[in-house]
Order: sequence, then C-alpha cells, then structure tokens
Amino acid sequence: MSVETERSSTESDVSGLDYEETALTLGIPGGARVAGAELERKRGFSKTVDLTSRIGTSEDRSDESPDTNTAGSAKAPAPKARVVGWPPVRNYRKNALKSSNKYVKVAVDGAPYLRKVDLEAYGGYEELLSSLQEMFSCFTIRNYPNEERKLVDPIHGTEYVPTYEDKDGDWMLVGDVPWKMFVDACKRLRLMKSSEATNLGLILNYLIFELKRRSSACFIYVFPLSFLFV
Amino acid sequence: MPYFPQEVVECIFSYLTSHQDRNSVSLVCKDWSVIEQKTRRHVYVANCYAVSPTRVATRFPGLWVLTVKGMPHFADFRLVPRGWGGSVQPWINAMACSCPRLEEIRFKRMVVSDESLMLISRSFPNLKALVLVSCRAFSTDGLTYIASSCRQLRELDLQENEVNDRGSQWLECFPNSFTSLESLKFTCLRSAVNSATLEGLVARCPNLRTLHVNSSISVECLSRILIRAPRLVDLGTGSLSSNQMGWYRRLFYSFQKCKGLKSLSGIWFVGPRTFQPVVYPVCGNLLSLKLSSAPWILKSDLLNVISNCPRLQKLWVVDRIGDEGLAVVGSTCQDLRELRVFQSNFHGPSCWVTDEGLIAISTGCPKLNCLLYYCAQMTNAALMTVAKNCPDLIQFKLRNLDPVKPDPVTNHPLDEGFGAIVQGCKGLKRLSLSGFLTDQVFLYIGMYAEQLEMLSIAYAGETDNGMMYVLNGCKNLRKLKIQDCPFGDGALLEDFTKYETLRSLWMSSCEVTIGGCKALAAKNTQLSVEVISDLNSISGLSLEPSKNQRAEKVYIYRTVAGPRTDAPTNVSIL
Repeated sequence: MSVETERSSTESDVSGLDYEETALTLGIPGGARVAGAELERKRGFSKTVDLTSRIGTSEDRSDESPDTNTAGSAKAPAPKARVVGWPPVRNYRKNALKSSNKYVKVAVDGAPYLRKVDLEAYGGYEELLSSLQEMFSCFTIRNYPNEERKLVDPIHGTEYVPTYEDKDGDWMLVGDVPWKMFVDACKRLRLMKSSEATNLGLILNYLIFELKRRSSACFIYVFPLSFLFV
Repeated sequence: MPYFPQEVVECIFSYLTSHQDRNSVSLVCKDWSVIEQKTRRHVYVANCYAVSPTRVATRFPGLWVLTVKGMPHFADFRLVPRGWGGSVQPWINAMACSCPRLEEIRFKRMVVSDESLMLISRSFPNLKALVLVSCRAFSTDGLTYIASSCRQLRELDLQENEVNDRGSQWLECFPNSFTSLESLKFTCLRSAVNSATLEGLVARCPNLRTLHVNSSISVECLSRILIRAPRLVDLGTGSLSSNQMGWYRRLFYSFQKCKGLKSLSGIWFVGPRTFQPVVYPVCGNLLSLKLSSAPWILKSDLLNVISNCPRLQKLWVVDRIGDEGLAVVGSTCQDLRELRVFQSNFHGPSCWVTDEGLIAISTGCPKLNCLLYYCAQMTNAALMTVAKNCPDLIQFKLRNLDPVKPDPVTNHPLDEGFGAIVQGCKGLKRLSLSGFLTDQVFLYIGMYAEQLEMLSIAYAGETDNGMMYVLNGCKNLRKLKIQDCPFGDGALLEDFTKYETLRSLWMSSCEVTIGGCKALAAKNTQLSVEVISDLNSISGLSLEPSKNQRAEKVYIYRTVAGPRTDAPTNVSIL
C-alpha cells in the first residue's frame, strides 16, 4: 500500500491530478477486504504470474519485501510476441482487407477465347462449377453417382472434365483436395473434353507399359501431362 | 388512470421515446401498462434469447420498429462457434402473425436465411427499412425477394455481413416503378455489379442520400452516379483505381457538384497522389471520413486530405498515419468527436502509433466522445492527459498490441492511467482495457465509473477481487466481457443479486469451473448459464464433466424466456 502512494505522488507531479485521494484509505464499495487486500494481492499476483507463464516469462515475487521501493509493486511479465486471440481483429475486417484476388484463366477446349475467374469469390467446388456453367452458358452440370462432377454440353452431348494446373505444373482433376488447398495450388483451369481425357489415360498406360518392357532397371517415370500437349 | 381519458394518456405517451421511460410508465399501474403496450412503436431487444419472440409480438401489436441483437460481441472475433444460434426465423414468424404493420427491421449478429428474407418480403407490406449488420447465412437470392416485393422500401443497409454472393441480379429486381430509395449500402457484397443497373436505380430515386457501393464499382461508374445524384450526403466509394487519368478529372468535376456531401468512406485501392486532388472539392464540408478499409493510401495523400477537412467530426484511419499524422489531425480537426485508429498489419506488431499520438489528439480535440486506439505502447502519463483534456469521453477502447505491456517509461502497470480516465470522464459508458493491469484498476473502476455500461477486459487482474470490485461498484453495468483473466468461481458466485441488473456476462479462458457455473445456475432460475466448448474437444459436456474442470467459455445472460431449445451439442445450458 505504501508503495502505491509513493508511486502515485510522483505521478501526480507529472499530471497535476492529485492521487492522494485515490490511495486506498476508503472502504471498498460493497465489501470490506481492506486489511487482507494487500497480502492477497501480492499472493494473487504470484499466482497470476504462474498462470500467465504462457504469456511470458514470470518473475517470482514471493521473496520481495513490502518495503522495497523498486519500480512498482508488481513486476510486469515479459511481453510475448503474440498471444492467441489478441489483438482482437473483427473477422469481417480481416477478410475484407485480404489484398490477394486469385484470378485464374479458364480455357475450354473448342472455345475461341479464355475467361478469368476469381477463385477467392467462391466458397466451394459447387459454386465454382455453377459459375463456370453460367459463363460458358452452354453446359449443364451432371452429377455422377460416384461423386464425379462433369460439365456436359447438352447440344452435342460431349462431356467436359474440369482440370487444373497446379504449382508443380501438373494437370490434376478438380475436386480431389479440400477447397482451400485447391485455391492455393491452382494456377489455371482447363475444361478438357472427356474423350480426350480418356485417350490420354490410354496413352499413358501404353507409355508405362513400353517403358517397363524396355528398361532393364524397373524404373517408371510418369510424364507430366503437359508434355503431351506440346 | 382516473384523471385523464385514455386518448389523452395515449397522446402523452406518444411523446415518450426513450425505452427506459416507456419501461417505467408501464410499471405504474395496469391501465398505463395496457395503454403503453398499445402505443409502443419501437422495441429494442439486446439479446434475442432474453425474451420470447411471441411474447414481444403479442404484447406490442402496434410495433413499427424492431431491433434485435443475437450473438455475443466476441462472435466478431471468432470466439463463438458457428452453430451457436441466434436465428431470426422465430422473430419473423412471431412478427408476421401479430405485427403486420412493421416498418423497420434491424438485426445485428444474427443468422438470417433466404427463407427469412422471403418471409419478410411477403409479410410486411409497409416495410420501409431493412438493416442487417454482421449477420450471416443468407445469399443474394434472398435479397431478390426484398428488392422485388418491398415497394415502399427506403433503406436497405447491409453492413459487414457474411453473404453467399451469387451475383448482383438482386439489384435488377427493383422494378422500374420503384423510386422511394433513400439509403443503400452493400459494401459487404463482393461480386461485380452491373453499372447500368445501379445508375438507373440512382437516377430514378430522387431522395437517395446515402449510397455505399462495393469495390467492384469503377471510377467511371462512380463519376456517372455522382452526376445523377448530386444531393448525396453519405458516399461509400468503390475501388478508385483506374488506368485512365481522364476519368479522375471527371470524378473531380462530379465531386464539385456534390455540395452536400458530408460523409465519405470506402476508398479501396487508390493510386498515389490521385486521392487528394479528386476529393478536394468536398473536403471543406466533410464531417465524417472513414478510411479504415484503405490501408494502402500513402500517408502524404492522407494528411493532405485531412489538413483540408477542418470540420471533421468523425475520423476512422489505419495506424500507418503515425504519431505525426495524429498531430496533424489534432491541429486541424478541433471539432473531432470520434476517432478510431485501426491496426493495418494483422500478422505482427506495428509501431506506427504510440502514446504520443494519443497525447497530440487529446490536446487538439477536446470534444472527443469516442476513441478506439490500437497502439504499440501506452503510458500512464498519456492516459492522464487524455482524462484531463477530454472529459466528455463516452467510449474509450484501448487496444495495446501487446496485451500485457506495462508503461514502458516507468515499467508500472497502467492502473493509474485508467484510474484517471474513469475519474476524469464522468460520462464514460463503454470502456475496453488492455496493457499490464492489476486488481487496482478494477478498484478504481468500481469506485469512479458510475455511468459505465459496458466493460471489456483481457489479460488483466490478479485475483477474484478485481472482478468483484467491478461487480460491486458499477451500478449501471450491463455487459461485462472478460477474456484470459485469472477470475474464478469466487468472483462468479460472490453476489447473486448482481445478475439482475447485468444483461450479460462473457468469460473465456478464465478460471471458472463447471461446478461454479452449475452452482450459479441452480441459485438463479432467471439466468441462463451457457458453457460453450469447442467443436474439437474430445471430452464433450455430455459425458459427466468433473466439477473442477475449467469451463473454457461461459456466456451468462438474464432471460424471462427459460432455457433456449436451439442450442447445438457443444453448448450446454446448465
């Protein structure tokens, strides 16, 4: 308690406000714990210091005598660089200020020009596919029982398989990985004619078979699909 | 009442606008209560689970304006799990049955579905205003119902909602005969808006005074809109980036025509040295400038603008403005009532704004009412200066980026500084603390903060005494929000009568236990004690938790509606 008034008197010089009045001499409104408050406070603080060890390094004050006129009666815990949930940032604000818009090119086999879509604007695969459907307005989405989604051109009956090029340059089927992972990895989209996709599959199988047959060491190298588009 | 006939009493009551006054007169006698119920036009429900919707609707059949808030405030910071509750459907159902003359509906932090929006559009032919703030779970399809059916709509206000944006077709659903729009805000929608549709809407609504567009609106479209609506008072711009300098000149001329513009916000991506010359014509009249969504504005541009806005009363900026920038604000804007300084960098501490900026502001702006300040450090001296210079403060929220940082000059806790604030600012109603704080600050708050209604604490205090000082001392306290403090069952259970006046209490990551919560719930039947566990926790509350197990998140609120029935499995109502 004495340390408090000493501190407050130095600070009242700074601000001009008289802090003698705020020293703990009056009863606390609603309860009477004046006598034990000081001891409790100090004990409580060392408890706090243990509790907040996740915040920073704690300093044990249990051996500090009440007469010590060190800087304040309470030692501050060392500041931690980041604590969970602080400082509070509104979810909306965080989302609103994301500066990256993930625009990727969308190519459709047989279409004269490409389009661009903002992957960040969609919440999932459904929304992306329905948006592609609207954009190249000649398709409808057909859901297959094995959860494969294909875009179908109802006039000619050709199916389109959505594929994308990932960071490694490989062409992958859309829909395998979680949405967020896909948004991160996708560099461009291509709606491939289904017939071509199955042809590619056949070509690949043949290549693998030939390699296996010819090489003495059992070494299989799977060509990236882009190799075949050259 | 024996002295006056009923019509006279009704007439007298029509002059009573404050909710407190209305509540008081309804308690006088049965006759007054009946008359008051018939004539009540506005109802404000601060917690949607405090009272049942049917009861409100049947009690006040003459309602015109309904405001309901749902999730606790910390939902904004992702501390409340998504399925927690707060659906508007029961409210819409009840109002549709009993209050068909409803004209204004305002929801905040609630779950709104497209079906609810459809029901709103069909049930309330007199609907003039729909305001949705921080709501979620609806899509733009729901808005099409509102646009096509609400012929008398004057205000459509969508702020900070999580909307499933399926495109801007809803804007095209306003019929050509629709001309009553006065206020339209759709900044939270992301998808591209058809410029021609928006311009057409603006052109045929002569009373349009408030327009906040989203970032897809280009400079070209904006200048055309301003030409059609020169009497706009409140403008939220879209993206101000353009490759063609010619359009900036046109925007400048458009701004010249807007003599009545008082409030400007938005201003997404904008190039260097284009912002100030373009908005220069309106700076002199500006009362409100909100640039918190524009952290990329060059500081020099920003200060050029602000130094031309002497009449500014409300300013929202990002901490890149720096202490020197705040000094410019302090010397230019003597009329400033509200200042919010947000942080720009979410991924680490930033050092642009400190206690010096706060001193500069308080010295130059003595009329300050509302202050939100994210800063790298704060000193007791600065807080005392604020208390001395700005006695009219009503709202003060200090967000120290390091939540346990003491005064760096003296290495003391910030108790004395905040103590000065509560002593000096006698009208303080909302306070949010941060920095290294001991129980002492709560003692000061309990002693001096008589008008305090909302208190938000994080990483502060040492023992249960801290919380008890506040609960015992602040007679007007309505909302108490506590995060990561060492308060436990002792403080929670100390005095049950406190909870009659406290509207809600939130405690997360504190020391309260399940046993303590159960004891509180048992003692007080008009209190709802919700223990919220995270979805990922393996030891769900359905298995008997031990009494000494810590309750990670507790939300306690008073209610006359009994325990709610729509709680998800990870919320346990004791």
